[in-house]
Amino acid sequence: MDKLKEKIVARKLNAWFTDKQALKEINMNIYENLVTAIIGPSGCGKSTFVRCLNRMHETVNGARSSGDILLDGEHILRSGFDEVVLRRKVGMVFQKPTPFPTMSIYDNVAAGIKLYGRFSRHELGERVERSLKQAALWDETKDSLDKPGVSLSGGQQQRLCIARALAVKPEVLLLDEPCSALDPISTGKIEELIHELKKDLTIVIVTHNMQQAARVADFTGFFLLGDLIEFDVTKKIFTAPVDKRTEDYVTGRFG
Amino acid sequence: MMQIMMQRTGDAWFRTITFLFALSIPVLLLLLVIILLGQAMPSISHSGVGFIFSSSWDPVKELFGALPYIYGTLISSLIALIIAVPLGLGAALYLAEVSRSKFKEYLAVMIELLAAIPSIIYGLWGIFVLGPWLANYVQPALRSVLGFLPIFQGPASGLSMFSGGVILAIMILPTIAAISREVFQSVPNILKESALALGATRWETIKLAVFGPARSGIMGAIILGLGRALGETMAVTMVIGNRPQISASIFAPAYTLASVIANEFAEASSGVYVSALVELGLVLLFVTLIVNGLARLLIWKTVGKSNTL
Repeated sequence: MDKLKEKIVARKLNAWFTDKQALKEINMNIYENLVTAIIGPSGCGKSTFVRCLNRMHETVNGARSSGDILLDGEHILRSGFDEVVLRRKVGMVFQKPTPFPTMSIYDNVAAGIKLYGRFSRHELGERVERSLKQAALWDETKDSLDKPGVSLSGGQQQRLCIARALAVKPEVLLLDEPCSALDPISTGKIEELIHELKKDLTIVIVTHNMQQAARVADFTGFFLLGDLIEFDVTKKIFTAPVDKRTEDYVTGRFG
Repeated sequence: MMQIMMQRTGDAWFRTITFLFALSIPVLLLLLVIILLGQAMPSISHSGVGFIFSSSWDPVKELFGALPYIYGTLISSLIALIIAVPLGLGAALYLAEVSRSKFKEYLAVMIELLAAIPSIIYGLWGIFVLGPWLANYVQPALRSVLGFLPIFQGPASGLSMFSGGVILAIMILPTIAAISREVFQSVPNILKESALALGATRWETIKLAVFGPARSGIMGAIILGLGRALGETMAVTMVIGNRPQISASIFAPAYTLASVIANEFAEASSGVYVSALVELGLVLLFVTLIVNGLARLLIWKTVGKSNTL
C-alpha cells in the first residue's frame, strides 16, 4: 500500500435534493485497486456520495451538485462529459438485488454487454461465463443459464447483479449497501468476492455494517450529516480515530 | 372464549357472503348467455350455421347472414388497434418516462378526459369533420402511395370502414394510453436505475428495464381497448356507412354487429327477424369472448411463468 494512485478525486463536492443539502464540501480520494468503505448513520449522505461518482444522483428530480470529481484526472461532472460513457467505466450494484425480472440468468449478464454493440454468440457466451466466474456464480448457474434471474436466491441474485455490472468491464465498482438484504452466509460470499475483485478494479462500498467495513476495506470514510468527518486507513479509523464523533460512531455509542 | 367463537362465526359468514358476491359475476354471464340463446332459438333453427357463414341479409325474404357484420366488427377494431396502439404507447411512454415538465400532468388529465366524451359526440364530429377530412385528404394520399394494395383502392368516402376504424382508434386511445402509463409508472425505479448504471441511454433503459416487466400490463391495456372497440355502437354507426358487404377496400362502407342491432331493432317486425338480431348479439358476445380469450392466451404464452408486475 505504499504506492497509492488516485483513481477518483472529489474536490469541494456539494450535492442537493431540491433545497436540502445532502453533501457539504467533500474532499476525498479513492485509490486504485483498493477498497474504500463509506460508513455513517442513515441520512448522512453516503449513498448520495457514491451516486455522484457515476452521476446517478442527477437522475433524481430536483437533484443537483457542484464541485469537481475527477476520474483518472478527467472532470466527470462538467458538461461535455458523457454520463453514459462514465457509467460504463463506473459500475454500480444496489442495495436490493435488481435482476431484470423477465430475463434469464444469461440475458441478465448479457444485457449490459449488448449495449456496446454487436457481439457474436460465441464472444457473448465467453463474456457471460467470465463475468459469472468473476462473480463466483458460475458453478451454481452454469447448468441453468436459461432460467429466470429472479429464480435465484437473494444472495445469488446479488452476485448476478455484480456479474452484470462486471460484464461491461468497469474500472470502478460502486457497491451501495450490497449486503443489507442478505443473510450472513451470502454476505460472507460477497465479501470474499470483493477481496478477489480488487485485483482488477477499484471498489467503493457503502455499508451500515462496521465489521464489514473493517473486514473488506483498505480505506474508510466516515460521513455525518453530509460532512466527511474523517477519512483514513481503515485500521486507523477503527482503532485510533482522530475525531471524537468518529470514535463515538465506531464504538457504537450512536448510529 | 365466547367472543372468539363469535368472531369465528363472523369469519364464516364473511367468507360465505363474499363468495356469493364473487359467484354472482359468472352467474350473471351465464344467465345472459342463456337468455340470449333462448331468444335467438327461432333464428338459430331458421338459419342454422348459415347464419354465420352467409353474406346475404334480407329481412323481407327472411334471409339472415351475419358474415358482413362479423367482418365489419373485426376489421374496424383491427384498424383501430393498428392506429391506437403505437399512439397510445408512445403517449404513455412520453408521460411516464420521457417528459420531466410539469405540463405532462395536464396532458395526462386531458388524455383521460377523452375517455369521458359521450360516443354520440364522437359520431357527430366523425360525420361533419373527420369523415370529410379523411375522404378529401387522407384517403387520396394513402391511395397514391399504397394504392397497389387492394385495401387502399376504390373511391374515397367519408362513410367507410376506414372512418369507423379511425373513430374507434380515437375512442380507445385514452384507455390504452392511461392504463399503459400506469403500468410504466409501476415499474420499480430501481430497475430503471440498474439499466442506467450499466451505461444505458434513456431509450435503452426503457427497452431493458421497462418493457419487460410492463409487457403483461400493456397487453391488458390493449385488450381493454379492443373490448371497447368491438362493442362500440353509436359513433361507429354514424360513420361506417352501414352497408352489409365484405369489400376488400377499407374505403368502402361496412357495417358492424353492434350497429345493425341498434339500427334495425326498432323496425324489426317479424318474430324471426327480432330473433336474428338477438342472435347477432349472441355472436357479438362470443366474438368478444373469443378475442379476449385469444389475447389472454397470447399473454400467457409470451409472458410465461416469468415474474411480472
